[in-house]
Amino acid sequence: MEDQEIVNEFLIESNENLGRLDQEMVELERRPNDAELLASVFRTFHTVKGTCGFLGYAKLERVAHQAENVLSQMRSGSLRLTSDLASLILQAMDVLRRHLTSIEASGQEASEDSSDLCRRLEEAARGDAGPAAATPAPPPEAEVAAQKAGVADSAIRVDVHLLDKLMNLVGELVLARNQILQFSAQQEGSALGATSQRLNLITSELQEGVMKTRMQPIGVVWNKLPRLVRDVATACGKQIALEMEGAETEMDKTIIESIKDPLTHIVRNCGDHGIERPEVRVGRGKPAQGRICLRAFHEGGQVIIEIGDDGAGVDTAKVKAKAIQNGLIRPDQAELMGEREALNLLFLAGFSTAEKVTNVSGRGVGMDVVRTNIEKIGGTVDLSSRLGEGTTVKLKIPLTLAIIPGLVVTLGDQRSAPRNGKTGAGGEQFVIPQVSLVELVRLDGEAALRSIERIRGTSVYRLRGDLLPIVYLREVLGMEGGGSGSGVVNIAVLQAEDRQFGLVVDGVKDTQEIVVKPLGKHLKGLSCYAGATIMGDGRVALILDVLGIAQKCGEVAGGRERTREEAVTRQENAADSRQTFLLFGAGPFKRLAVPLSLVARLEEFPLSRVERAGNRLVVQYRGRILPLVPLAPILEPGCEDTAGSQDPVQAIVFDDGDRRIGLLVDQLVDIVDDTVTIRQASGRKGLLGSAVIGKQVTDMLDLDAVIAAASGDQPREETEAADGATVMLADGSPFSRGILRASLEMAGYRVVEASSTDEALRQLARVKVNVVLTALDLPGGGGCQFLEKMRREPSLAGVPALALADSAEEAGLQTPGSFQSCLIRGDRESMLRSIHRLASALDATTPAPELVGEKG
Amino acid sequence: MNPMTTTTGTAPSPQAADQALSRQYSTFDVAGLYFGIDVLQVQEVLRYQEMTPVPLAPAVIEGLINLRGQIVTALDVRRRLGLPPRAEGETAMNVVVRTEDGAVSLLVDEIGDVVEVEASSFERPPDNLDPAIRDLVRGIHKLKDRLLLVLDTGQTLNLDTAKGQPAR
Repeated sequence: MEDQEIVNEFLIESNENLGRLDQEMVELERRPNDAELLASVFRTFHTVKGTCGFLGYAKLERVAHQAENVLSQMRSGSLRLTSDLASLILQAMDVLRRHLTSIEASGQEASEDSSDLCRRLEEAARGDAGPAAATPAPPPEAEVAAQKAGVADSAIRVDVHLLDKLMNLVGELVLARNQILQFSAQQEGSALGATSQRLNLITSELQEGVMKTRMQPIGVVWNKLPRLVRDVATACGKQIALEMEGAETEMDKTIIESIKDPLTHIVRNCGDHGIERPEVRVGRGKPAQGRICLRAFHEGGQVIIEIGDDGAGVDTAKVKAKAIQNGLIRPDQAELMGEREALNLLFLAGFSTAEKVTNVSGRGVGMDVVRTNIEKIGGTVDLSSRLGEGTTVKLKIPLTLAIIPGLVVTLGDQRSAPRNGKTGAGGEQFVIPQVSLVELVRLDGEAALRSIERIRGTSVYRLRGDLLPIVYLREVLGMEGGGSGSGVVNIAVLQAEDRQFGLVVDGVKDTQEIVVKPLGKHLKGLSCYAGATIMGDGRVALILDVLGIAQKCGEVAGGRERTREEAVTRQENAADSRQTFLLFGAGPFKRLAVPLSLVARLEEFPLSRVERAGNRLVVQYRGRILPLVPLAPILEPGCEDTAGSQDPVQAIVFDDGDRRIGLLVDQLVDIVDDTVTIRQASGRKGLLGSAVIGKQVTDMLDLDAVIAAASGDQPREETEAADGATVMLADGSPFSRGILRASLEMAGYRVVEASSTDEALRQLARVKVNVVLTALDLPGGGGCQFLEKMRREPSLAGVPALALADSAEEAGLQTPGSFQSCLIRGDRESMLRSIHRLASALDATTPAPELVGEKG
Repeated sequence: MNPMTTTTGTAPSPQAADQALSRQYSTFDVAGLYFGIDVLQVQEVLRYQEMTPVPLAPAVIEGLINLRGQIVTALDVRRRLGLPPRAEGETAMNVVVRTEDGAVSLLVDEIGDVVEVEASSFERPPDNLDPAIRDLVRGIHKLKDRLLLVLDTGQTLNLDTAKGQPAR
């Protein structure tokens, strides 16, 4: 099949060449000294000889070769062209032509024996020009001519530019057709209707026909791959079989050109990275010979090309490690990544997983270029992999670039009836390329009002259980006016790279074939548009660039990934105890957290209401004066405050009875439910330490210190003491333990943690503890029971113990038996004071029964 | 009006206009000012065309028009010059000029004749002319009854220099 194609190419080319030779030989006879002409004749013979040899036509090659020899003598000047010689060469051409005709008809060279001619050519080349023997009677050509018109006659070469021009003209015709169709739809029952229907059909057919002229089978590119695979296999010491399916799938010539390199690269990657060495394969229970499978087929107006191998697959852990090593991502990002995202890392610039750079691949340019090139022609690349089973790369390529199907959507007032004649001012039309469209969702009435939920300025819609970020086209384009008001919400679910989002539009019309036209240079910079087109009514409509819009609303698109992550986390941790945190950013600290339970209110104040009293900012708030304190300068002295100059200013209001304060922050990020462990205590004033909240590293705010600093107090006079004392911290909540532990450690205590009564007793048996701090709600019987058990142990009877309660009520209610005192969890200062007091008393005297007497 | 021999042979390139070879101007009115553009730069003159606005585009860009299948950006000369907008109900005319990057339409109030001028009537723009206008004007031809401002199309279409034209 492929061979036949090559032979056809050869026939067309050779016949053309021979046709030209006829002319040139005659010309050469008249001007035998024209070196250029001679060179051209020589070259033509040379080409013919070369291709015959390549295709294995021995007789043809021999004749051409001998003729070429003669010509080469002439070129070097050792022979002069006589009319005898010219006849000889012309005879050779006739022989060639007969062979070609025969090949075309039967696939084989003519049976005639041309050795006589060859001999005479040989003699001529040597210089002893024999008489131009009586022509060896060319067989009558009639029989051949009678046969059906051959390939050479049925195909012509056409300049690609001409085809491009035709394609453009057809594009214009399609537009004109669309316009006429729309017009005729308004004229009822006229003869125009029938005519325009005919025009419609003809145009469609013409469009198809012209597109076909530019179509080439993908096999044209694939033909080069077997050789490539063989070379790769040899170079890497592997055994690889290449299978190809659907080589006849056709696509536009320009597209074929542009997928050539990406395809080559992917296949090379399969061979080099994908397929394992034979011994490894056998070890894994696979056949020693690896397999690369290429598949191409049409699907929904696109061409799908799949390149699969049965090799090792992609090890995402390795990919992540490599990406971290190359500085493409941070370790904490890597931890958050799912399988799919990790695979997508392969498409980042500067990425290569091959452990060593081979001459085949691994230089770190590659998949990113593949993706860029494919996306440039409106295609997509998708990589899927199963570790140990293989990798598949799926390319989706549009059939053609010039005419694409698109969905027409509208913004603004739309008349329910189709517009007649003159178009109104309202109702701007936009086109969404069909490739990016996943589905359409229409929400009606009640559902429309309720189903789009807002999370801090971001809208989401629950699409079959998944949260879909919602973007309003009107807002993206900065247009005024609020929705259609009809209570209907139209959501076009769009795919932008690996993310989906919903674009809310006022109206959805129909899909149309549109001709993409570029925008002028003044508008090139607008990332929201991919171009413009002319609609059936003659108006210009802008084509939306889905990727551009997604990028413009980047935070929104990012939001979806995050919410999904959170949902997963939420399920995983459903059983754990959790706390609700407010996440916010201030100055250089982009992600700070404080337990929501400590926050009194979140407020926004217009800048105009913020007043200055002394050197402090205040605002009148609920009949009192609320001091406002920019947070960033407290955490990072000397840091410039940005929060206080925003309008409106964002304040987190804290209220612990007598002290009220509004902390000014740059932005509120989110409210997250999570269990938290403090990973790392912070030495920075105002921060307790870092924790992972919502799967991201977050700094925990030390509220006490911040408030103290803000109100000008000197906190923490207790820090100087406490060397070496050990505190047992018994609390069921890991979060609370984490926070308390950080404070205690910062104050210089050693901390022993326990999460239940039993654990606490076990720990106490092993470690000498100076002070016990236990939660009243300690798992395994509660704090009081724990204390009782503890007191029963003689060695522990004298250890002072403090109780921790969640609230003042609880503390007051249970002011417990043998506890030295009861503390409120949030009140860090008095906790540290009490511990300090107990611990230093212990230092001063011996572990003191008299301390027990101090109990209330 | 016969084309002058000096200009007919010249390719319609902006450079040619720079050398002041052309003395034929296609004229139009914008807010009472009388402008001219080298006639060779003008592709055609059109009545009001329906326009598709382009959200997010610079304010000077009024929209896109369909010029026989070609999509042409329309630029409001009033806005470009910092002049007050056209009164309600008044429609703009299109002066379509050729540029290296395809055709661009200039929206003007009123289309005038093609006028022929003497080189001697040319003068640099006076210093006290409103800078917003002076930047876009090459010079002034003193005609018998009024002054013809020669619009510098290159400058006019170069929006990078336009100040105070935030995206809407």
